[in-house]
Amino acid sequence: MSNNPERLSFISGIGRSASGRRLGRTAMDLTLEAALEAIEDAGLKREDIDGIATYPGGDAIASRGFGGPSGQQVQDALRLDLNYIYGSGEGAAQLGAMIEATMAIASGLAKHVLVFRTVTESTMQGMKGRNPGQGMQAASGFMEFLAPFGAISATNWFAQVAQLHMHKYGTTREQLAQIALTCRTNAGANPRAVYRDPLTMDDYLNARMISTPLCLLDCDVPVDGSTAVVISHVDYAKDAPKIPVHVNAVGSAQYGRPSWDQYEDMTSMMAQGVAKQMWSRTDLKPADVDVAELYDGFSIITLAWIEALGFCAQGEGGAFIEGGQRIARTGDLPINTHGGQLSEGRLHGFGHVYEAAAQLRGEAGERQIPDAEVIVAANGGGPIAGAMLLTRGISS
Amino acid sequence: MSLDLDILTVRIPPQDNPECEFFWQSGADGKLRFKCCQDCGYFSHPPTPRCPKCLSTKVAPEAVSGKGTVLSFTVNVQQWIPGQAPYMIALVTMDEQPDLRLTALLVGVALDSAPGDVIGSRVETRFLSRDGIYYPTFVPEGSPA
Ligand SMILES: [Zn+2]
Repeated sequence: MSNNPERLSFISGIGRSASGRRLGRTAMDLTLEAALEAIEDAGLKREDIDGIATYPGGDAIASRGFGGPSGQQVQDALRLDLNYIYGSGEGAAQLGAMIEATMAIASGLAKHVLVFRTVTESTMQGMKGRNPGQGMQAASGFMEFLAPFGAISATNWFAQVAQLHMHKYGTTREQLAQIALTCRTNAGANPRAVYRDPLTMDDYLNARMISTPLCLLDCDVPVDGSTAVVISHVDYAKDAPKIPVHVNAVGSAQYGRPSWDQYEDMTSMMAQGVAKQMWSRTDLKPADVDVAELYDGFSIITLAWIEALGFCAQGEGGAFIEGGQRIARTGDLPINTHGGQLSEGRLHGFGHVYEAAAQLRGEAGERQIPDAEVIVAANGGGPIAGAMLLTRGISS
Repeated sequence: MSLDLDILTVRIPPQDNPECEFFWQSGADGKLRFKCCQDCGYFSHPPTPRCPKCLSTKVAPEAVSGKGTVLSFTVNVQQWIPGQAPYMIALVTMDEQPDLRLTALLVGVALDSAPGDVIGSRVETRFLSRDGIYYPTFVPEGSPA
């Protein structure tokens, strides 16, 4: 099992741009800021970078700030010669770009891969409004059988998951609230978080509904920002200036129908297969995990990851997070120690990985979890899912 | 009094797609249709050119009862489009097959209904005709025609 190819890789550098609401800066500007920080953090020069991977690739304007510059645009802006390039929105969620990077390294295609994810959704929404269906002339692709029925927002799609979870398992809004409350508490210890003021249960229960049973505080906050990591071959670990963050196992599986409304178990999501595959590639167990950085585009996604990753049984997530003590920074399974996307802002998956690496290195400041050695980072919701198990230092 | 199915301020139409045209035209005679395999009888949605179960190419639109059971639902409150009143979206399991599901608007159910009264409830299909497209819309079973 120790021969898993992903173990030939480690995160050598992390970087991030300024992040926040309506920065008014271009996606490329933010991307280069994050990328150069990550390269320097890795102890490398830009000419050492011989691979680029990104999610989703493509053009930020056309996608209303959802996508940053393409890999080639960044390659050109940095005048790099590359042995490997990848950009797709169809891999193992946002993390797919990182998983691809580990495989490029394992196969010998590249030695140091710059992986980035950039969003300018806040600025774009400021310019063009928040209606997710705006400008859509006709519904195509996965929207073809959703948008014509008024299901135009991801909130609608996840709301149905939450509703069924509550109905089938007795999960309550008060239980689900603990995801939002925990994230907010953690954001209070993160100077880069957008929302840092304390949040109470009353605040949550009185927040306006978006799509029942999900209220405003179940939804993450769009921001502008770029996050970058450098993933390097383990041969470089001895020369790297920072504590290596080793890739212990990855999960990229897609089991069942990749669909927002046709997945068999609508109380869960693709996370189930990803978790199963990831655990099959390591001797580590859920009980070995010190911290979980779990995607929280919507609170229900985090709950689904907790169950899928086996921290509790399917359907028992509500009871597991009840009261919030267990998932607090002082609890058995701290989650989203940076405040998650619910409170730090939607860096779209990469924020969770950045935080995981910072925690494993002991660089998380006021919110540092003592002796964090094993962290799972999971990205995506619905039919989109990917996960990585990361450890402090290179393990055999 | 018949139910008003025209509850969206803005309807985003489906793209032109030969594969799915039958679905959006199906309501012309008041019937809901899905692709059905002529070899193994398996219904599938969204439509594809081969049966996803046995891979037969003999798949053809076939009328179903339009009746089903609500698996889950949500009441959209946020005004993504200014002025839009709250509305209910439901995910319905059709009677013909346990894994034959359709998401559509559910009209005629009180928006403040207890979730337990909506999930598991029986619905049937009506159609809203707009610009040559027949949008399937769920209503409680037995609603006035
Ligand atoms: Zn068949």
